[in-house]
Order: sequence, then structure tokens, then C-alpha cells
Amino acid sequence: MSILEDSAIELSKKIKAGEVLVTQALEAVLERIDAVENQVNSYMTIDRDQLMKKAEEIQKKIDSKELTGPFAGVPIAIKDNICTKGLLTTCSSKILSNFIPGYSAEAVLDLESAGALIIGKTNMDEFAMGSTTETSAFKTTRNPWNLDHVPGGSSGGSAAAVAAGECFAALGSDTGGSIRQPASFCGVVGMKPTYGTVSRYGLIAYGSSLDQIGPITRTVSDCAVMLELISKHDKKDATSMDRVALGHDTDFSNALIEDVKGQRIGIPKDYIGEGVDPQVRESILKAADALREKGALVEEFDLELVEYAVPAYYVIASAEASSNLSRFDGIKYGYRTPEFDGLHAMYKKTRSEGFGSEVKRRIMLGSFVLSSGFYDAYYLKALKTKALIKESFTKAFQHFDLIIGPTAPTTAPKIGESLLDPIKMYLSDIFTISVNLAGLPSISVPCGIDASGLPIGLQLIGDSFEEKKLIQAAYTYEKARGSFPSFAERNIDTYGKTI
Amino acid sequence: MSEIINREVIEYVGILAKLELNEEEKEQAKRDMNKMLTYIDKLNELDVTGVEPMSHVFPVSNVFREDVVTNGDERDLVLGNAPAQKENCFKVPRTVE
Repeated sequence: MSILEDSAIELSKKIKAGEVLVTQALEAVLERIDAVENQVNSYMTIDRDQLMKKAEEIQKKIDSKELTGPFAGVPIAIKDNICTKGLLTTCSSKILSNFIPGYSAEAVLDLESAGALIIGKTNMDEFAMGSTTETSAFKTTRNPWNLDHVPGGSSGGSAAAVAAGECFAALGSDTGGSIRQPASFCGVVGMKPTYGTVSRYGLIAYGSSLDQIGPITRTVSDCAVMLELISKHDKKDATSMDRVALGHDTDFSNALIEDVKGQRIGIPKDYIGEGVDPQVRESILKAADALREKGALVEEFDLELVEYAVPAYYVIASAEASSNLSRFDGIKYGYRTPEFDGLHAMYKKTRSEGFGSEVKRRIMLGSFVLSSGFYDAYYLKALKTKALIKESFTKAFQHFDLIIGPTAPTTAPKIGESLLDPIKMYLSDIFTISVNLAGLPSISVPCGIDASGLPIGLQLIGDSFEEKKLIQAAYTYEKARGSFPSFAERNIDTYGKTI
Repeated sequence: MSEIINREVIEYVGILAKLELNEEEKEQAKRDMNKMLTYIDKLNELDVTGVEPMSHVFPVSNVFREDVVTNGDERDLVLGNAPAQKENCFKVPRTVE
């Protein structure tokens, strides 16, 4: 059995026990990348020049017992909207095609100091705006389970890399489902923590009030451990929460306990109703039964306002994007148009040439809903809707410990189908988006495979700061489900040869 | 279908967004935005009388810290990304006539 099939924690154990060298783990990953990357296209940048040297440095620190943590020596990948010092960070956009950050994101520093080895940066929807990774300005990532299908998005490169064995774990970011939905489509675990749990310092902002960094991994255990490594109060992010001071510790690995006895779990009727693929529904109900057998009390209920989350989200996220993306002006970094007449023409031409159409669509919409005369009717209205959605979850959590449902209404669509109708694409995020509006933690765990061989994801949602409850239930479900096919069993290398 | 977005609004939003759209893109943006707004108008079904707008999900007010320099001289790192530079400054088109 190849070490590539190990979980991140298992690999690190072997490395610390001296059974595997960090350089061997790295070589295995690079060999895998060489074999499949031309088909999957997960990565934007691979840090080939530095990797061997870094692997040797980590090995030394492991040998001297300076590094003893659960991710020491583990090759990981980072989504390309998270800054990495000295390593190209493009947000998959032409406007940042040459941007080399002078600093690393806090979450990246935390993983590096834990001894993780950063292989490279992963492809994504441009500025995280999209649900399929097809809005990337540079390449189309393919779903490792079936190369004709999308990996989901916007963290599609990270999810595909984990699913294809091109790394052991990855960081993504989630504004409206961008970690959980690609994790679901690619048959891996993905988690968005409570807003404010992971520092956004160094995450290139899209919708600041919604964005959170989180892990994409093969197992719930890897997910809990990776999240633990990056969770902390950070003064450099004014929205970072001091969880410990609030009485909510971040010792997530302590929650890896197989027990859901007496847990009250609700399934919103709208989450398994009209518009949900019958195979997805069946798989979710089967997962609910598995949790029941483990002693959970699972029942259906009416979650209010489900259909208002997507329109409220697009107003709020676009408004914040229009403000956040005003920093790309061709002055300080990134692309500048070669020919222009005066300052304002330079701004306009640079931005028009540098941004892709989905990004421009959202900047235009965001500028409009914030403009005088329309602010109250759209932006303020959306913020009030957000308050109502938060309240509907608060009410639900008076009765339930957790909410479960599908991560997405369908499995991964075919490449090229989604961008034709933006509203249809936006609606595919209906079950993930409300979680961001309410700032809640949520995890997607693989729970089935449809008739065409594509994975289905079970989404578990917790109340604010209830990550441990969430992880415990996800872990219990994962144990009950049993093993899920790994990339090795899918023989990805034979896919795509006719494409 | 919403008709709020006409050519005048597109021109105005283009100025706010600092985007230069050609004729075809303007027509496309007009169609897209009207379609989106028709969809967003769904929010009008909700009665939000007396609801406080929520910008942050947790009750966090202004966060202050001491303004202390913690990093060193990073001029070269910062300027290294500039599309154009001159004498250790960002080079920009003339801003004052």
C-alpha cells in the first residue's frame, strides 16, 4: 500500500516513528502530481525549487524532537487566495497574475510552524466567485472521480488535490459554501468554522463578513486536527474571536469520540424536498438512519426562510466584494494595462482587462446595491434578512443540537453546464449559504456515491462555537459509514486519456 | 422582470465600479443585473419592519490595539510587486493637472 493512501495523521505518525522520511512523502506526492496533474489541474503553482530543501529542514526538526505535532512532515496545499510569502498568489485572476506576497497568512504560518510542508497553491474560481472553479482565469480543474465533471468551487483545486492524492490535506476558504460544496463533490471532508475562529489575516478578501478559512481533508480526524492548528485569536484580524475567553476552547481533537447518544438532530424539510436529486435525498436519509442507530434522535422540522438566503447573500457578498476589490487599481501590485491616457483611464482599463466576467458582474451589482437611492431597498433589506435568518437558526438550535442535510442539492455537474445560467449556479449553494450568513460552523462528510459514480456529501451544521459537537457527530457518522473509496481505488490515471 | 437598470444606471454604476465596458458588455450587464434584481426582489415578500440590520453576527464593537510597529523595513518586498516604480516610490500617472 502506498503511503499516499494514509491520512495526514497516519503519515505524520510514520514520519515521527522514523518509518518514512519527509523527503519520501514529498517524492510520493510529486510523483503522483506528475502522473495526474495534467488531467486534474488542481494546482496553480507548485513550489518545486524549494520543496526538497524545506522537507529536509522539517526532517531535521522532527529528528531533534523540535516538531512533534500531528501534522509534522505532512505535504499540504493552500488555496490561491491565501497569501504565502515568496510564492505566487493569484486568486486565479489575471489582475494578480504576478503577485508575490511579502508575507504569509496567519493560518499558513500556523501550519508551517506545525511542520506541514506546503507543496503549492491550488486553482479556484476567480476571487472565490463561483461554484465550479470554472471562473478561474487560468485553467479548468476536473473532478478526480470523473474528469468530465467540475470539482465544485470555489475551493475546487484544494478539494480535487486532496481527492486525487496530490496532497494529504489543504486549506480552502468558504464565503457561501466554497469549502463544503467542493469537498462534497470530490468525496472528501471540508469544514467551515464559526465566523472569527480562524484569522482572515492574509486571506484576500471577498465578502469579509462571511469569509472563513478552513480545512479540506480525507478524514474527520485530519479535519479536527488541522482546524485546531489554525484556530486562535489574532489581533491582526479585528473580526477574530477570542474563543477561549468566551468559554469555547479549540481543542477539537478531543471531540473525536464515537458517541451521539441522545443528540437531537433536525433535518429541515426544505433540505430534502423539491429540487433535491432523489439519489442525494436517499443518501442523506440513510445517513440519518445511521445516526439514529447510534442513538441520536433525528426528526424533520421546518427551518424558516430557506429560500431567502441566496438572494440576501448575493446582495451582501457583492456589496462587500465591490468595496474589497477596489484595492486592485494597477498601482501597488498586480496587472497594469500597458496603454492609457491619464489616471482614471488607467484604473478603468486595468480593472476591465484584469477581472473576468463573473467578478465584474458582482462588482457591478455590489456597486449598484450600495449606491445612494438603492442602498435601503437592497443592501439594508439584505442585512435585515440576514438578521431574520440568524434568528431562524437560533430558534432551531433551541430544539436541536445539530442540523443535517445535503451539502448540495445534486452531485457535481458536467463541465461547461453551470456558467450558462448564473442564477441556477447560485441556487446550487442554497444549503450552504445560510450557514455563512448566520456565521455558523458546518462540515461536509462523504455519505454516498450516485449512479454515475460521483460522491454525495452530508452536511452537518452546529450552533455558533459548537465545533466540538459537530466534529463528534461527524466522526461518529464516519465510523458508522465505514471506509469510503480512496483515490487509489478509482484508478484516476486511466481517466481522461480520450479528452 | 425588473427594469430598474437602464443605460443611465449602467453608465453610473460603471463610474462607481471603475469599470470600462464596451457596448456589448453594457447590454449584457443590463440584462444580467435586471435578472438578478428580479430574483433579489424576492426579499420584498418578507416583512422586516422593526428588524435591526445585522452586519456582524456577533456583538463585536470597534476593536482597538496599540499602534506599535512590529515589522521591519519591507520596502523592497512591497515595491517588488509594483507595476512601475521610480526612486523607491510607486510610479503613477499624473494626478494633478
